[in-house]
Amino acid sequence: MSHKDEVVIDCKNLWKVFGRRADEAMKAITEKGLGKLEVRDQYDCVVGVQDASFTVGRGEIFCIMGLSGSGKSTLIRHVNRLIEPTSGQLFIEGMDVNALSAKDLREVRAEKIGMVFQNMALMPHRTVLDNVSFSQEVRGHDRKERHENAMRAIDAVDLNGWDQKYPDELSGGMQQRVGLARAIAADPSILLMDEPFSALDPLIRRQLQDKFMSLAAEMKKTTLFITHDLDEAIRIGDRIGIMKDGVLVQVGTPEEIVTNPIDDYVADFVAGISKLELISAGKIMEPVEAYEQRLGSVENLDEWPEAHPEHSLDDLVNLSISTQHPIVVRIEGKPIGVVTKNALLRGIQGDTELTQ
Amino acid sequence: MAEKEETFSLLDPFASVDLGIADSANGIKKWAIANREIIQPIKKFFNDLIVGIDVGLNAVPPSIMLIILVLIAWQAAGRRVAILVGISMAVLGVLSPGAWGLAMTTLAIVISAVLLCFIIGLPLGVLAGKSNRFEAMVRPVLDTMQTIPAFVYLVPVVMLIGIGNVSGVIVTIVFALPPLIRLTSLGIRNVNPSVVEAARAFGASPTQILFKVELPLATSTILAGVNQTIMLSLSMVVIASMISVKGLGNEVLRAMGRLDAGKAIVGGLGIVILAIVLDRITQGMGRSGRERGHRHWWQGGPVGFMTRLASKKS
Repeated sequence: MSHKDEVVIDCKNLWKVFGRRADEAMKAITEKGLGKLEVRDQYDCVVGVQDASFTVGRGEIFCIMGLSGSGKSTLIRHVNRLIEPTSGQLFIEGMDVNALSAKDLREVRAEKIGMVFQNMALMPHRTVLDNVSFSQEVRGHDRKERHENAMRAIDAVDLNGWDQKYPDELSGGMQQRVGLARAIAADPSILLMDEPFSALDPLIRRQLQDKFMSLAAEMKKTTLFITHDLDEAIRIGDRIGIMKDGVLVQVGTPEEIVTNPIDDYVADFVAGISKLELISAGKIMEPVEAYEQRLGSVENLDEWPEAHPEHSLDDLVNLSISTQHPIVVRIEGKPIGVVTKNALLRGIQGDTELTQ
Repeated sequence: MAEKEETFSLLDPFASVDLGIADSANGIKKWAIANREIIQPIKKFFNDLIVGIDVGLNAVPPSIMLIILVLIAWQAAGRRVAILVGISMAVLGVLSPGAWGLAMTTLAIVISAVLLCFIIGLPLGVLAGKSNRFEAMVRPVLDTMQTIPAFVYLVPVVMLIGIGNVSGVIVTIVFALPPLIRLTSLGIRNVNPSVVEAARAFGASPTQILFKVELPLATSTILAGVNQTIMLSLSMVVIASMISVKGLGNEVLRAMGRLDAGKAIVGGLGIVILAIVLDRITQGMGRSGRERGHRHWWQGGPVGFMTRLASKKS
């Protein structure tokens, strides 16, 4: 799950100020250090994205999580330049997106980037097949080739047999699968997902998340995934960026975010999240020496259930249920730590400090 | 001048001011008359178009024309409208022996006017839909075109071009063009912006967005505009006949002159029937084929019937 070495999306100090006097406001922000509220009052401008920097590696799924109005949809639209930044840069595979000519930009959008929208945004006057092959049609690929690619994408999202239907003949979940098929039809290297599953009901959302994750594992596309649902971000993301009021507050792996929230805002979000799958034995174990120092040396270590540092709390709970003993954590047979019942229970609460 | 200043009264300031607008307008008229040769080629082109359509429509024998109209109605609007069109046109034909020919002449004028309205109105409507500034500029002009009495521009147009079909069509265009521009603009503005954004995100150029997304999605609104334009063109038929445009309108005008109520009814009913027929056909085109239960337009109507027959045989 670690992020890969090759950087595909590289966002550097990106600012977006909305309003007629955006440039003046931006200047005032950089020179005088004006805050959001002052900008709003003095320049009648709204800061949408504030100094966002992040990178996404090849094949990585990077989730941006934030509530509505936090600027996440604005941020994602900078990647394919549907929105021009007020300041800052964005690189795709080392290429400055904002330096592209209109023609090159269209080529990049059609061939390198696929996008899925919250409200599907399918074209109601086109069949599923024509919707899915749109980006290739726009590039002038011939009919046979683009229909073959489109059918492959339709197959991949399990919609075979629906290609001649119109979007309004499909259910919401199926429409969004068409949206997904449209995004992957031209085999782009980057996927932009703008709250793709938010408008769907929970069961369908779950199904589509699973579908997306199996597709993602197969296709290994670099993905920027926007969501307002932390559960979804944790399920899907290799790394997560939490966004608040246009600022990327914290970036890290799901485990880092859950166990080590940077401020109260993130902590509030994380509070309701189940830690069973996120925290590993290595995080809550007590080194064997410390344990022995505290409670005297241990002889019957072999009778204790054993676990690997990578094992999740869920696994530890299962091991712990049938025995009175603590759990011993071993690497290649060598005991390195002990997880007591207390530590396990605290861990489930999200507390990884060793406080025995 | 001094006298005028003395009579200036604050309570009635307008009586003493004379900017001479009517005079200068007359000046423009005189200039136009002096330069009428310039527009002769344009006039010829328009005239050829109208006469061509007129001759074409009148060359087809009435019964064949009736069948063609019924088939068009069937294709565009379904079986029920086709039956209505068939009966209506038959009634029109039996109104009086000359009624069919007059109706075809009127139809030729309407078709030419609507064709030209479409050519002028669609691009202007698209522009107005895209640009707020252009919309703001064009709106008062459209208001003027719709509300100014036809008689005001009837005279200058005749001065400039002379009486006849061409003037008739131009006068009709002035009156019938605005709804097409307005509704095209409305149609373009009402296209779901997120669909346009999606098209942009997948690399479509502005032209591709216009032709592949915006115009198709605005089609039903634009066709409603075409429908309005046709109706307004027909309502101009009588006025246009004052400048010697032939057809049903001329019948009404002549009947008015002779207080011949019978003839007026023939002309008037003829116009109404033509209006109903054209309205139903264009409204049918505005509804998509899918609303009438088949997937593509070629799967319904006589074309669909023929293809089904052909596929059965093979």
